[in-house]
Amino acid sequence: MSMTGKIAAPRFALSGDVMQMLYRVLAVVLLSAILAMLSDVFLTANNILNVLRQTALLFLMASGLTLVILTAGLDLSIGANVALSGCLAASVIKLTGAPLAGVGVGILCGTMVGLANGVLVTALRIPSFIATYGMMWMLTGVTYYYMGGETIHGFPAGFRQLGSGYLFGVPTPVYVMVLFLAIGALFAQRTIWGQQIYAIGANPVAARLSGVPVERRLVLVYTVSGAMAGLASLIILARINSAQGDIGEELTLPAIAAVLVGGTSLFGGSGTVAGTLIGALLLTVVLNGMNLLQINSSWQPLATGIIILLAVWIDTRTRRLGE
Amino acid sequence: MSTRTLVFSQLARVPGVAIALVGLCGIFAATSPGFATPANIANVLTQSTILLLLALPMTLIIMTEGLDLSMGAVLTFASIVLAMIAVGTGSITLAVAGGLAVGLCFGFLNGALIALLDIPPFITTLGTLGIAQGLSLVVTDGQSVVGIPRTIEAFYSGTVAGIPLPIIIAALAYTLTHVLLYRTRFGTYIFALGGNREALKVAGISVRGMLIRVYMFGGLMAGFAALLMTARLNSAHPTAGIGMEFDAIAALAVGGTSFERGNGWLLGTLLGVVTVGVLRNGLNLLAVPSSAQVACIGALVIAALFIDGLRGEQ
Repeated sequence: MSMTGKIAAPRFALSGDVMQMLYRVLAVVLLSAILAMLSDVFLTANNILNVLRQTALLFLMASGLTLVILTAGLDLSIGANVALSGCLAASVIKLTGAPLAGVGVGILCGTMVGLANGVLVTALRIPSFIATYGMMWMLTGVTYYYMGGETIHGFPAGFRQLGSGYLFGVPTPVYVMVLFLAIGALFAQRTIWGQQIYAIGANPVAARLSGVPVERRLVLVYTVSGAMAGLASLIILARINSAQGDIGEELTLPAIAAVLVGGTSLFGGSGTVAGTLIGALLLTVVLNGMNLLQINSSWQPLATGIIILLAVWIDTRTRRLGE
Repeated sequence: MSTRTLVFSQLARVPGVAIALVGLCGIFAATSPGFATPANIANVLTQSTILLLLALPMTLIIMTEGLDLSMGAVLTFASIVLAMIAVGTGSITLAVAGGLAVGLCFGFLNGALIALLDIPPFITTLGTLGIAQGLSLVVTDGQSVVGIPRTIEAFYSGTVAGIPLPIIIAALAYTLTHVLLYRTRFGTYIFALGGNREALKVAGISVRGMLIRVYMFGGLMAGFAALLMTARLNSAHPTAGIGMEFDAIAALAVGGTSFERGNGWLLGTLLGVVTVGVLRNGLNLLAVPSSAQVACIGALVIAALFIDGLRGEQ
């Protein structure tokens, strides 16, 4: 292990990274200022708390995905994973009346799906976007079949605190977000495993030659991504107090957009978990602003699609200039 | 590689998809009495035509080490534009032209983003998937487009000399793609794009132009598929074609086209399309809900990719 510790990976402390981060914060501030001028509602306490709550949810899904994209992979199955994990957790809560059992099942289901993705990508060597895309459709099929068009609703008040509660006036999911931001950032920047993930994304061949267990780290990132989707599903359940076959489906594209806008390169090896938080905030402010300006929600996938393309275009340009 | 080993390597691929097809037909013939009837077989083949129109260009795209995830959404949007023009103007020619134009535009957009801006295909087409899906919802406000002139139906239900029109359209599309891939310089370059892109550049071929044309071909075929789909449903719905690209990818994966090595096989894709069609039809006859069918197709793809992976290691 002494060899692997020497891998030079980008650190957050680099001034270039700080500047990149500042640009993004500036973008959020500018966008917020514009929305504050256009809408009276934007700067109300209620709306700000709502934006934070939504940011927390998007960040949880996007944080695991960040690790996947750092290895130059992609996980398209997170939205469908949220749906299946959420529906299973909801039935378990209904059946047993024990929210903790539901929490356990939701996170376990998400983790197992992530593990399956990891196995498909490493053992079967299927390109990640194809493997997780197939997984997405399989999960969607299973979830719709399982739910049969039904809705499960009405969860215990204690469980609902997880999504809709407040602690010192701040929504509970925000605390969960801060917790996972700290864990994620420490893991990526300060542990050997985290550095190995950067190394795999930057140059998988070099990483393998320097003794990084590439397959095991890849399985790890997909499993973490799945587990985070499972956790996110619980927060959604607790917030909307119901489960349907399509919950979380519409969050896959915004989560990918949040990671890419947050400065993580689609080509792997560079980016930060903290950047993803800014990306999630930016995406949420955009979607929230569209809601407040009463733009039909049908425009949201279109806007998200354009944001993704712009973010990747900037990424490819920056890389080309750097070469 | 000598001609003999080339022929042999082609033959070596046949068993996988052929066995899957024959096996599935055997299982369904044994379990459901309605399966092996001439009417049902004609039905399977007619229904498979829409999928074939997507799977043919998808094979070419994957051979260039690309991917088009937007096909289902583009098909949907083209179908909506086609239906709206047909309802608004009553002109079938204008409507069909509108649908094809939508396909071509999205194909060009995909190709241009991939070739000119160097954005990876899967993320480009994921973005344009969002755009096409968003546009479909925006222009219809989530509602179906109905009241299309009856003449459009003929594209799906009509026959020429006793052969259903969609079969004829599919046969033409297959022949066209076959000639394009195996008999023209364009096809040779497609093989080179997947196998040896650098050699193509050194030879002075415009790789960018090639890529744009391949994706435009995909968009055009999605436009034709939209025509058949609209004719079949006699309406257009903003979610009708969502996910059809998955069936197309499944078909060519089962048919032996490899994602990593970029070697495609058109006849395999044809057999793969029929296999997916048979699977869907058989599961329908066994009253398996369409949601569970998706899971079955997913399992089929993973099995196919697994076998492909094992072959790659040999």
